[in-house]
Amino acid sequence: MNALLALIKRDMRLAMRVGGGAMMGALFFLIVVVMMPFALGPDLNLLARIGPAILWLGALLASLLALDRLFATDHEDGSLDVLMMGPLPLEVAVAAKAIAHWLTTGLPLIVISPVLGLMLNVELRAMGVVALTLLAGTPALTFIGLVGAALSVALRRGGLLLAVLVLPLTIPVLIFGVAAANAAIVGPAPFGPPFTILCALSLASLVLGPVAAAAALRHGLE
Amino acid sequence: MAVIDLANPTRFLNLVNRVLPWLTAATVLLFAFGLARAMNAPDDYQQGATVKIMFLHVPAAWLGMMGWGVMSAAALGTLVWRHPLADVAGKAAAPIGAAFTFICLVTGSLWGRPTWGTYWVWDARLTSMLVLFLLYLGVMALYWTAEDPGRGSRAAAILSLVGAVNLPIIKFSVDWWNTLHQPASVFRMGGSTIDPSILTPLLIMAVAFTLLFFTLHLAAMRNEILRRRVRSMRLMQAQELAEAGA
Amino acid sequence: MRLAADNLGCSRGGRTVFTGLSFSLSGGEAMIVTGRNGAGKSSLLRMIAGLVHIAAGQIELTGGDAEASTAEQAHYLGHHDALKPSLSVGENLGFWAQYLGGDAATVEPALEAVGLAPLSGLPAAYLSAGQRRRLSIARLIAVKRPLWLLDEPTSALDAPSQVRLAELMRVHLAGGGIIVAATHGPIGLEAPRQLRIGPGPA
Repeated sequence: MNALLALIKRDMRLAMRVGGGAMMGALFFLIVVVMMPFALGPDLNLLARIGPAILWLGALLASLLALDRLFATDHEDGSLDVLMMGPLPLEVAVAAKAIAHWLTTGLPLIVISPVLGLMLNVELRAMGVVALTLLAGTPALTFIGLVGAALSVALRRGGLLLAVLVLPLTIPVLIFGVAAANAAIVGPAPFGPPFTILCALSLASLVLGPVAAAAALRHGLE
Repeated sequence: MAVIDLANPTRFLNLVNRVLPWLTAATVLLFAFGLARAMNAPDDYQQGATVKIMFLHVPAAWLGMMGWGVMSAAALGTLVWRHPLADVAGKAAAPIGAAFTFICLVTGSLWGRPTWGTYWVWDARLTSMLVLFLLYLGVMALYWTAEDPGRGSRAAAILSLVGAVNLPIIKFSVDWWNTLHQPASVFRMGGSTIDPSILTPLLIMAVAFTLLFFTLHLAAMRNEILRRRVRSMRLMQAQELAEAGA
Repeated sequence: MRLAADNLGCSRGGRTVFTGLSFSLSGGEAMIVTGRNGAGKSSLLRMIAGLVHIAAGQIELTGGDAEASTAEQAHYLGHHDALKPSLSVGENLGFWAQYLGGDAATVEPALEAVGLAPLSGLPAAYLSAGQRRRLSIARLIAVKRPLWLLDEPTSALDAPSQVRLAELMRVHLAGGGIIVAATHGPIGLEAPRQLRIGPGPA
């Protein structure tokens, strides 16, 4: 438990120090969302209607692309070797890194999402719902992306490969996230079922993600 | 001679320490005067008291843009003359320019609520300022990511100049994009001449904001110089310990 | 305490690096692994550390903590220093001490032992290569583990630091520890066991 907390604390500290990536995800989110109206036109009625979808797509891209270097830096400076020799099972160590990453990258996305919702003319109550679905869904994105981050270290390739590997896996999260948000805002379908499935996806990836990522890292050492 | 003197960071620090209290006092006085005049300015017959937000909004927009100008000038100094203070000036200007741009966006949004009925409209001017804000955040992220201050400044200097060239193009394209889509319901500012009862306090506020910018900029430059000194002293500490064979 | 390797084989990327490697070390013994570049010295150390898959044979550490794996009872000092430049010297070591199961109280004495105590508050980015190496070595002092796996431990170290490292290794051996070191040159231990991988003289 001590080791687990130490690892979470170290990763959060690294993310917030100079050179860390804590705010980069939120910045990317902001830019992606701002780009959308330039493509769609500034029609506020249209933006309000598709706002939740834009926010979800932006949050999805931001939380996945920020994962790129999660294991790569530890691999390059030799920390990963020492991490693997610790008393924690690798699965738990990997999960600790994911938790730290979500706290420093995923949570800021949710915090700034109401401001972005304002710019897309999404009304306040609807924005609360979107933020709630993001809160329930972004852990799934982080833990699915974790597998991609581990694979890209094992294969010694980064960047776009991660997106290509992982984006298809996140489709269910996107479907149920946007469905839950739209159900609450415009109806007529009930909010409960898609939201429950979203939570289930997060919980399932919380278990599956670290196991698969640890296997990928171990295999990459061959 | 004066310019060469100022290139020496120690002399520059002495100068800043002497000038800063006066500059601060002048800023406070001018703000008090300008805000008092702004309070007494007549309300707009159409917009009522909300027009007073303009006394903050317009100067903030000017300084948001001027901040980029200062950064570009500093960037030239960094890249062409390799002036040691230009680095510092550029780095210090970025967050201040970003802050003024942010004030412009927030006040614009607060003004938009009663006027347009919504906090945000993709109006050409506000949108251009938003893009400027994003560019500022990019430069700040660049400084933040670079571990070695020298390399970070050169990269940021190049980005500032590219931005300076691009800003008019961005402004033009955003205007074009906006008129292409312009919804008819949006209220448009300007067109009519501004009454002197509003113009005078606006100008006073603009000067006050400019003084505030330079006060903050000088203070930030001083902090940055001191920060770099702390860094080099710590590097020396590590070096000395290595040489002592400890 | 006894480290025994039986008939080890190693292959990387389909190429056989070495086969039929056996040795056995008991507490207080040190072994120097030599061989040409690419002979598999680093691979052997990483294999013992559990970082490389064991292609053939087996490695056993007996007489230690029966609950823990060999990797959990070993320290591995690789080519990289496992340090984060934006964390301070003390934070870097403090993290590893906590993570590897030590406690915060051991950090100060360990920094003292490698002569970095005065730099505790400095970011690791400011350290020279030799100082980074010493900070990495401090990890072995801060958390007690019986088996030390050292890959070129003296690289980047100046003469006084090499003497200090030799002293730390002697203390470790005197306490019943085991050292396996891959190296090209002498590391300052008297009469260590030798293991030569691959054919031909050095």
